Amino acid sequence: MATKEYAGKTVNVTDDGYLTDPSQWTREVAQAIAAEEGITLTNTHWKVIDFLKKDFAATGALASMRRINKTGGIATKDLYEMFPDGPLKKAARIAGLPRPTSCV
Amino acid sequence: MNKILIIGAGTAGTMMAVHLSRRLNRKEWAITVLDKDENHYYQPGYLFIPFGIYTWRDVVRKGSKYMPEGVDYLLGEAEQIVADRNRVKLKDGREITYDILIIATGTTIHPEETEGMVENGWRENIFDFYTVEGAEALGKKLPDFKGGRVAIHVAEMPIKCPVAPLEIAFMTDWYFAKKGLRKNVEIDFVTPLPGAFSKPATAKVMGHMLGERRINMVADFGTERVEPGKLISYDNRTVEYDLLITTPTNMGDALMARSGLGDDLNFVPTDKHTLQTSAKDNIFALGDATNLPSSKAGSVVHFQSEILAENILSYIKGKELKASFDGHSNCFIESGYGKAFLIDFNYDLDPVEGTYPFPIVGPFSLLKETRLNHLGKLSMKFVYWNILLRGIPVPGITSKMGRLGKIIPADSGTV
Ligand SMILES: Cc1cc2nc3c(=O)[nH]c(=O)nc-3n(C[C@H](O)[C@H](O)[C@H](O)COP(=O)(O)OP(=O)(O)OC[C@H]3O[C@@H](n4cnc5c(N)ncnc54)[C@H](O)[C@@H]3O)c2cc1C
Repeated sequence: MATKEYAGKTVNVTDDGYLTDPSQWTREVAQAIAAEEGITLTNTHWKVIDFLKKDFAATGALASMRRINKTGGIATKDLYEMFPDGPLKKAARIAGLPRPTSCV
Repeated sequence: MNKILIIGAGTAGTMMAVHLSRRLNRKEWAITVLDKDENHYYQPGYLFIPFGIYTWRDVVRKGSKYMPEGVDYLLGEAEQIVADRNRVKLKDGREITYDILIIATGTTIHPEETEGMVENGWRENIFDFYTVEGAEALGKKLPDFKGGRVAIHVAEMPIKCPVAPLEIAFMTDWYFAKKGLRKNVEIDFVTPLPGAFSKPATAKVMGHMLGERRINMVADFGTERVEPGKLISYDNRTVEYDLLITTPTNMGDALMARSGLGDDLNFVPTDKHTLQTSAKDNIFALGDATNLPSSKAGSVVHFQSEILAENILSYIKGKELKASFDGHSNCFIESGYGKAFLIDFNYDLDPVEGTYPFPIVGPFSLLKETRLNHLGKLSMKFVYWNILLRGIPVPGITSKMGRLGKIIPADSGTV
């Protein structure tokens, strides 16, 4: 466990950079994490992040790409364009949610 | 008379019927098992069909043959589970009421979920080996294949028996090597995962093995569509093939969608320790049908069935559901050339090296390729039909994962 500074705020993160305390997440923190990933957040990015957060609050689990598509209404192709190289990993990190667990 | 209804007479439903018929007071409880298919399949055997080692005769039996005495076996398809009224409607109009429902409907492949997969050569140069028909069709195709590009492909996770695509890759390499054609064949292993397997230690061993066999690894490949002779990913990469051996999207039965009981893949949200569904207290689920983060495998079903039988007895007595499933899974990984690997793990501990099930004497070796592991894999057909399905205990194999015999590194495990 480590701490990091984003947008002038100290937050707790895991070794691979995922927030451990959701209450430390702010939209500014999200922007700073995105910048670290080389992503500038647009409205469509926010649509994904808001869906992930809302869905996580309701189900207690991180949505899969299929769910973001079928329930969130965001095309998988667009996800790959918005969050290149591992969309779910990046989107979850920016949204301040846990790292996706790979299925066994 | 109280009623337990089990939907599905596959591995999970049959094992539950066996356990419950022994443990429940039969004067108070009637057990009914419903399945839409009169056949029961030994699915691990599908792997050997394309290479002429097994035929469908090895893997198909009548489901009724494995039902314990006094259990009602009904042939019919469940159309809808009406959870608030404790009843199941069948396709043919019949209705069955229950006090306790066990969902054991498994998972099946859905090639139509990938754009172009069905249209562009399904069972012509695109084959699955997750059905008897697919495995047989591939078996007819292989002898005509004299050279070119073979892609072994996984469309989307989760899939049942997540090591099966690796096994078919190793077997394909071996098959062409034996025929002296290997130099004319290129093999790609195309997966949405970042490595050969979801668990890092195993991914490393398997990745190494793929390299040794000159099987080219294409990782992080999220398949968008299939065009004739081409797989195309969401990030615009292309893998060309002459022969595609695919594991299409795996989904739970559409019954879950019709009943409002499934997630986006029709898997049933279920407590990963107690196996009670989140839908209702008197509905339980096990096996491939659930959304559990454990492997979808027969060995897992075997372990879960013991836990669930225990919890159903507690539920009936109005007691807390104390038996807890730990995610225990083990499987042989057939690697061709008469050898196989074995892995054993649970929710908390990744596969490690060592011996299984007993320390030192084994007889099986964990995370290592041996001839004895291969014999173990082949013996599973007999063990499945005659021992596991009949609920006869196997010495040393317990539902909770054992740590004896495992070489557990200090930093391993907890994921
Ligand atoms: C190629 C391959 C290789 C495998 N290798 C291994 C291995 O090496 N080791 C291992 O442990 N596991 C292996 N498995 C996995 C193993 O076969 C499954 O995990 C196991 O059979 C799951 O049991 P189940 O009862 O949950 O589902 P199933 O055995 O598939 O049974 C589900 C049953 O439910 C019935 N059903 C579904 N919907 C309805 C409905 N609406 N109404 C009525 N009936 C319905 C179906 O007809 C079926 O009989 C392999 C699987 C495959 C495909």
